Amino acid sequence: MALKTEHMVLNMGPQHPSTHGVLRLELEIEGELVNKVTPHLGYLHRCFEKHAEAMQYNQVVPYTDRLDYLAAIGNNFGYALAVEKLLGIEVPERVEYIRVIMAELQRIASHLVAIGSNGADIGALTPFLYLFRDREHILSIIEETCGARMLYNYIWIGGLSHDIHPDFVRKTKEFCNYFKPTIVELDNLLSYNKIFIERTANIGVLPVDTAINFGSSGPTLRGSGIKFDLRSDDPYSIYDRFDFEIPVGKGLMGTVGDCWDRYYVRIREMEQSLRIIEQAIDHIPDGDVQSAIPKRIKPPKGTVYRRVENPRGELGYFIISDGTVNPFRVKVRAPSFVNLEVLGELCKGYLVADVIAILGSIDIVLGEVDR
Amino acid sequence: MGLLDKEFSDGNIVIAKVDDLFNWARLSSVWQLGFGLACCAIEMMATSMSHYDFDRFGVIPRNTPRQADAIIISGTVTLKMALRIKRLYEQMPEPKYIISMGSCANCGGPYWEHGYHVLKGIDRVIPVDVYVPGCPPRPEALLEGLLKLQEKIRNESLRKKSA
Amino acid sequence: MKSAEEIFEILKTEFGDSILVLDKDTPTEPIISVDPLQIHRVSKFLREHPDLQFDNLMCLSGVDDANGNKVTNADGDELIEGGTLSVYYNLHSVSLKHKISLKVSTSRTDPKVESVENIWKSANWHEREAFDLLGIFFLNHPDLRRILMPYDWDEFTTEVSRHPLRKDYKNPEFYQGMKVPY
Repeated sequence: MALKTEHMVLNMGPQHPSTHGVLRLELEIEGELVNKVTPHLGYLHRCFEKHAEAMQYNQVVPYTDRLDYLAAIGNNFGYALAVEKLLGIEVPERVEYIRVIMAELQRIASHLVAIGSNGADIGALTPFLYLFRDREHILSIIEETCGARMLYNYIWIGGLSHDIHPDFVRKTKEFCNYFKPTIVELDNLLSYNKIFIERTANIGVLPVDTAINFGSSGPTLRGSGIKFDLRSDDPYSIYDRFDFEIPVGKGLMGTVGDCWDRYYVRIREMEQSLRIIEQAIDHIPDGDVQSAIPKRIKPPKGTVYRRVENPRGELGYFIISDGTVNPFRVKVRAPSFVNLEVLGELCKGYLVADVIAILGSIDIVLGEVDR
Repeated sequence: MGLLDKEFSDGNIVIAKVDDLFNWARLSSVWQLGFGLACCAIEMMATSMSHYDFDRFGVIPRNTPRQADAIIISGTVTLKMALRIKRLYEQMPEPKYIISMGSCANCGGPYWEHGYHVLKGIDRVIPVDVYVPGCPPRPEALLEGLLKLQEKIRNESLRKKSA
Repeated sequence: MKSAEEIFEILKTEFGDSILVLDKDTPTEPIISVDPLQIHRVSKFLREHPDLQFDNLMCLSGVDDANGNKVTNADGDELIEGGTLSVYYNLHSVSLKHKISLKVSTSRTDPKVESVENIWKSANWHEREAFDLLGIFFLNHPDLRRILMPYDWDEFTTEVSRHPLRKDYKNPEFYQGMKVPY
């Protein structure tokens, strides 16, 4: 007599220590093996797009901060670039340099949290504490510039909200010198740790064709071996003046495109960000950061789609203007929303504990998944 | 050895009211449910880290509501999530405390006007003890919120039930 | 690397009347309008043609055009009757590095657009979101249900409160015992 077996449905509910926020995963499991993963979203849907239609163009900027709250400068940057393209204005050189330096500092801060929580989910609690300590240095530099630790409202349409303070160049250089040995320390702590490699190598392998078809971007795509970075393939602002490399996953510890590769891409990206900051910090030209800010923003009728490279991937803003002071439609193409779709494909046939490792390596922020 | 035996010059006998003793024990180890919703959760995590250190007040994150004393509601509460928070609140054993952190949890925050899916303040669903304002509140503000909660606990009494 | 006019010419020779017009009035990017029930064939051609190779769907957005007549109904709400809902597609090619935008318009009372989910898998959740927030039906979608709003939103709302991003949306008073407006 044969036994009748059934798959069990396990709910990793909205309140969970390792789901990076309020995400509900419905797992269909057979013992410990996962057959199917269905994500349920919407627990943080904050109606950004409806607010954008009711506000004026420059009043939308603080709301864009709260989309991907770990990389807030990148959100502001993308929105300001999109509206500037609609208006057709050019910003002064000083503004461009400061925007790039801030964006790269923010990239380092965001990757620190991503790596820290990836490690903490798997069980490595020590690097989490170390990385947050380093993040406080970056936050204090930005706080002295614009007054806020996390949600800045700094990059306005046509310029910046505050000019950099006199100590900015010195403190940023000090930070760069301080941070280089920290990456080495992090490598020693986590990257080549045997337990970390066992937990993440050969887990969640993402082939290149699947990645492009599902629209992945950022370290999720680059971990699969393809060199595609918006800063060099579709350059915006003044990124084409700087010399930096694009790290890709090479399968050093297992297969190309596994969780370890995505983690490795993030560490090397922090090094490249330091390189860009060092190239830019000595050449900031003089000028007035608020000279190009328009008094009244009333773009002509039209549509624009502009994308920037956020730490999590390609952040795109699709703005339709109907000639009035309020945008007609603002659609945010959030990188985490699109990267999360690939979770269902990646988790088939792995254990429940591996689902946590894979989710940590895709690195989502629920604020932009749900908007 | 150390400080404690020099404190009491007349032997190791301390006299206190039972109320004070219980309150002191409760306020020194408020174990919170590790529950972060949105941007304020990152500031709550930064408060627990080494720079601002929540642990020196005795606050440790626990993973399940059945072992927790307090929930810090950090972030925007949506309609979909509010029902689940109510269920978490009902799963906590007495005495329980709620700290509402950030403008979104206090009153809806920046989404009060056109937010069709945002609950305008968590106090429409569960009773709140301490409100911490800010968007996001600085870690120092959250620490002050915790100190205010400790003051509130200090004034409790075993005889009279608090609200 | 092809410009928008060249792509338009290739599509026009292949599909004829289903490709409506190339709109070059917009100052920043030209948009090609396509018939809503032909979008699947056009997308397949765009992905597979060796000169075009659009293998990456960057963004799919639903828009309420709000170009109908404003009517006031019995409760005093201002509704919009008639008019269109549109869906915009932004495509990109990783290998050939060119971009194009497509637009599809369907009627507001019975919005139906063909789904492109089996061409670009990233369209799956974008189309679910357009259905959830605007009410656009996507034919042949494998799993069309609400994604951001609660699954039982329809039980607590009337017709005017079902799809939040429409321009004539009105807040429901209560949802499961919780007051929704401020």
